[in-house]
Amino acid sequence: MTALGKLLRTTAFKIVAVYLLVFALFAAGVIGYLARHTQALVVTQITDAIDSEIKNLQDVHEDGGIGRLIDVVAVRAQQPGSNLYLITSFNGAVVAANVTDINNSVLSRQGWSEISYRRTDDAADNLHDSRALVRVVFIGGFRVLVGRDIEERERLRQILAAPARWSLVVIVILGIAGGLFITRRVMKRIDQMTATSEQIMRGDFGGRLAVTGSGDEFDRLANSLNAMLTRIENLMGGLKHVSDNIAHDLKTPLTRLRNRAEEALRKNHTEKDLRRALETTIDESDNLIRTFDALLMISRAEAGEVRKAMTDFDAGEIARDVAELYEPVAEESGLTLGIDAAENLPVRGSRELVSQALANLVDNAIKHGGTTAGSKVTVAARKIGDRIEFTVGDRGPGIAEKDRLRVLERFVRLEESRSLPGAGLGLSLALAVARLHGGDLRLEDNSPGLKVTLAIPAQPVQTKGA
Amino acid sequence: MRLLIIEDDREAADYLKKALREAGHMAEIANDGEAGLAIALDESFDVLVVDRMLPKRDGLSLVSELRKRGNETPVLILSALGQVDDRVTGLRAGGDDYLAKPYAFSELLARVEVLSRRRAPNSADTVYRVADLELDRLSHRVMRNGEEIVLQPREFRLLEYLMRHAGQVVTRTMLLENVWDYHFDPQTNVIDVHVSRLRSKIDKGFAKPLLQTVRGAGYIIRDGAR
Repeated sequence: MTALGKLLRTTAFKIVAVYLLVFALFAAGVIGYLARHTQALVVTQITDAIDSEIKNLQDVHEDGGIGRLIDVVAVRAQQPGSNLYLITSFNGAVVAANVTDINNSVLSRQGWSEISYRRTDDAADNLHDSRALVRVVFIGGFRVLVGRDIEERERLRQILAAPARWSLVVIVILGIAGGLFITRRVMKRIDQMTATSEQIMRGDFGGRLAVTGSGDEFDRLANSLNAMLTRIENLMGGLKHVSDNIAHDLKTPLTRLRNRAEEALRKNHTEKDLRRALETTIDESDNLIRTFDALLMISRAEAGEVRKAMTDFDAGEIARDVAELYEPVAEESGLTLGIDAAENLPVRGSRELVSQALANLVDNAIKHGGTTAGSKVTVAARKIGDRIEFTVGDRGPGIAEKDRLRVLERFVRLEESRSLPGAGLGLSLALAVARLHGGDLRLEDNSPGLKVTLAIPAQPVQTKGA
Repeated sequence: MRLLIIEDDREAADYLKKALREAGHMAEIANDGEAGLAIALDESFDVLVVDRMLPKRDGLSLVSELRKRGNETPVLILSALGQVDDRVTGLRAGGDDYLAKPYAFSELLARVEVLSRRRAPNSADTVYRVADLELDRLSHRVMRNGEEIVLQPREFRLLEYLMRHAGQVVTRTMLLENVWDYHFDPQTNVIDVHVSRLRSKIDKGFAKPLLQTVRGAGYIIRDGAR
């Protein structure tokens, strides 16, 4: 494709071409309209002049009879630049005239005609025929023709036509030049963007589209594409981090599993020992499956796949149900579990995922909040502004501020909790669920202890009835 | 009980068949969807175990075709896809229960046994009885040996589910799904604690415990003296 061909195919050029066509048509229309109107004006002036001359001649005839009329016309006809006059008797004999070579049929009836003529006072060799607008009236048995030359009209037409043509030519040239200029500018930006995106496609995720700072639509596009690229880059980074983590955190228990099986094979064990080894193998693989399921759940929540299966449910009910599920366990661990959930907290989302996220938080609170006997875990659900906040608070050791963001990552387990069961995915899932619903997860000091808040947008309250 | 296993992984199918035989059940195997459909329509089974992904005709289409032809044999769908929405599509296609792979055999066994007796007459009864324990589903009252036992609503539902399947093993997951309607793993032994609370209410002080733990499988409520 040649550079010109490429230019002609661009959208910008096509738009310019359409505008050019519309503008040229408009200009031609305006000029045509002006020309017609000016000409009509000129013609009106001519007819008015002829009408008043005829009126005058009729008055002359009334006052002085035909003889006087003929005399007046004869005088007027001789004046330079005068009207055109011709008076004939009814049988066609010329009585007075300053025109000749006219088509005699125009004299046969009264009214307006456009004729060609020659002035009698023109030089004989001037064979140039002129055009005139004439009116014929019958006065006292004579045929009287009064007319005016319409060369003026023709000249006007020429005067108008030439600039009209030129202005059209200028419009088209300017339009094409402007179009090329705009198109090239647009194309330059587009080419830059294409080049950058190709560079990114080759794997260089650091590339960003140039922003000129003019704030035009290209800048806006570039800004939003850049934001998207940053998000993708972060996600890619996250994904890499996650797959590294998964590799590490799944391989460790797999290695343990394998070692145990080898160990069971190597020595001469009693049947009871072998049984025990197999049972731990099954337990270990169950844990792995659980970890794997949790990971899948997180990635599904992050991918937003569950969004289509969302329903309306009551947040208070969820909180009460989850608290009720864990209450006996809390009691067994020597904790009291308090529930403080408001009524009528409609939300839209995945009941299952929100329950699971909340269950994870409660489970964590029970596992980590049980240092002193009789301490309390509180589960609450309230509407704060336009959000529903689930909070789970414990009176355990809490999490140091510097670690609060880190524990949200997959597989992150703080030193203090390594001895407890779990894979370090509970908070990651809760965070993914919060984000899936357009909310967030906050870890705060419960002084003492940890308070985790899962906030998701509330359903707008629908008032029933009138 | 006679089962049909429709599963393309031959090793898994053979393992299942063997394990079912050890548990006292007969099982046939079909290795693809078309063959499975033909056998299921041709012969009579108590339960079908259908893998979701099958060659020739996938599990969901097999089940909906079966239902379309008026065959109401209970179906347990097996799938590597274990998320809630997968479960919902599986049940919507006409499956009666859904079990995610990998599963424990005891889980599968408990589920097929419950499925095979799903249509048993006692599911329509208004009063469930096991030995001297009585649960009235209409008045929500529980009596043992003529004395009323006061239960929390959830404890009542838990006991109701156990008694509906009296004499059958129900697993923790089955309880979580049917009594709490949760399909996730609660990480802690929450169900065990709920069951032991219930047990202390219905069995404490009576010579004959009815609610028993089945090691490695789940719980069963039955008249132990029988």
